[in-house]
Amino acid sequence: MQEIDRLIQLLARLPGLGPRSARRAALDLVRKRESLMRPLATALAEAADAIRTCSTCGNLDTADPCHICTDERRDPTLICVVEQVGDLWALERAAGFKGRYHVLGGVLSALDGVGPEDLTIAQLLARVGGDSPVTEIILATNLTVDGQTTAHYITERLAESGVRVTRLAHGVPVGGELDYLDDGTLSAALKARQAL
Amino acid sequence: MTALANNSEGGVGSHRAAIVPAAVTRLRLTDFRNYTAAGLEPSGRPVVLTGPNGAGKTNLLEAVSLLAPGRGLRGVQVSEPDRRPAASAETRTASDVDGGGSEHGARKPWAIAARVAGPAGTVDIGTGRDPEAERRLVRVDGHPARNQQALAEHVAVVWLTPQMDRLFLDGGGARRRFLDRLILGFDPAHAGRVGAYEQAMRQRARLLKERGPGGADARWLDALEVQMVERGVAIAAARRDMADRLDRACRQAEGPFPAARVGLAGDLDDWLDGGSALAAEERFQERLRAARPRDAEAGGAGVGPHRSDLMVRHAAKGLPADQCSTGEQKALLIAIVLAHARLSGAETGTGPILLLDEVAAHLDGERRGALYRRLLDLGLQAWVTGTDRAIFEGLEGRADFFRVEAAAIRPDAAAR
Repeated sequence: MQEIDRLIQLLARLPGLGPRSARRAALDLVRKRESLMRPLATALAEAADAIRTCSTCGNLDTADPCHICTDERRDPTLICVVEQVGDLWALERAAGFKGRYHVLGGVLSALDGVGPEDLTIAQLLARVGGDSPVTEIILATNLTVDGQTTAHYITERLAESGVRVTRLAHGVPVGGELDYLDDGTLSAALKARQAL
Repeated sequence: MTALANNSEGGVGSHRAAIVPAAVTRLRLTDFRNYTAAGLEPSGRPVVLTGPNGAGKTNLLEAVSLLAPGRGLRGVQVSEPDRRPAASAETRTASDVDGGGSEHGARKPWAIAARVAGPAGTVDIGTGRDPEAERRLVRVDGHPARNQQALAEHVAVVWLTPQMDRLFLDGGGARRRFLDRLILGFDPAHAGRVGAYEQAMRQRARLLKERGPGGADARWLDALEVQMVERGVAIAAARRDMADRLDRACRQAEGPFPAARVGLAGDLDDWLDGGSALAAEERFQERLRAARPRDAEAGGAGVGPHRSDLMVRHAAKGLPADQCSTGEQKALLIAIVLAHARLSGAETGTGPILLLDEVAAHLDGERRGALYRRLLDLGLQAWVTGTDRAIFEGLEGRADFFRVEAAAIRPDAAAR
């Protein structure tokens, strides 16, 4: 049973899975040994070998630089700064952004021992320095205390670069009804109102 | 009313045509404190819970308090209400209460399911401990909510417990939490702002402690202080607004409940009194920056809404609440809660659920009768507890009576 215990322990370390869910997942994998367990093991091994972190933007890809950084159709003057690769993927799914990205690898958090040196802030500053074509940095950190602290910190660090710093708009979601919005969202939407 | 049986019709809001106070019309508990599985179905009228000490009356009130955001009326960690097999309220040991490790594995995660009626109709709320983590899960109408704050959109709960008898004597933290809970009935986003402010303050304190005011990245501190300032001034403004409205609402005595003067004391409150919110933000930010060396030594932050205090005075006597008698302090507290409920009804068309734990037993007959009349006039669903049914005589025929004994709940319709 050592092997299955180890499998359960490893699965339980995945986000969103606790010991009980890990046991269920392990049992399901064992039951579907040929159709799921072996293909999953192969896929995991191949991914572990092939996937690397883009040394330019922090994205995950099989190539370094990643396909986004090397795509010449993308606007090199725009960089969208996100906390994690998952946020980059979310923006890519929306298909509305045609610039490039910068993945911070987290947010500033003194309580978690994460400082500026633990994030890719220095690499971001390097990307906007010298003869860089970058003219605008879009901060797309989350609207949490840590996300906003990080955004404010980056804004201060970029103050002398001359690059325009913007952030994502906050407000009424697409399809949203005003009556159902909380006061904070409504206030943010009013502050960020636009001329028609 | 029934205990997990029939659901009576129409009690909610029957006292007032225009105001529809929130009311729990079904409550089911699973592995909560001393309850394995129990429930009751009130009609929407006041709920009277009687039974011996340790039967589980306060546990029921705590369950209702957890229908609102926060840690409930006992202010405990999320796993604390887990039922411990073989541990009744009477036999529980100190290590049980502390959450001692050896029994932890035997605990079952608690769950509460409730139906709450309000002006917008009924909503089904489910909450409990995540079986696989130390966190609270919330469901609204069967859908997972992003966080506890979603509950504030549906129900406001205000409570008075015996521990709050010292509210005016203890530190300011308890008074701020009391005021914050009153604000939630009007501004559900207030809890989120308070949580965000405290998080930013903890981050700043850690940074100052670990790296010192000179060693810490000044821009990182700036960024954290911006978060504190934006939220802090919003929190202070909301508290000030609530205190002002309570002050106006409490100026007239309500029968035996005295008139009160309500206000706030603190640097931030003074700055808001004397200028704009923008000016207060600038001043707050300057003070935080200047206080970095001292805060690095002392911990926390020397200025901010967490230093403000709720000030209550007995209007007729002109005395601060902490210098009034114990009975007068209790009467002042009840006067504020009743004024809040009245304001809530007038301004939002609804009212909070009131949880009054062992409140009636500590009032004389005149005040008890007056309290019941006010509760009935306001049409609130107040949950009141006591060991003796006789003290609830004024609610006979106008409230749902339940008997709680040894973790069992049954309707107690017949007057004795």
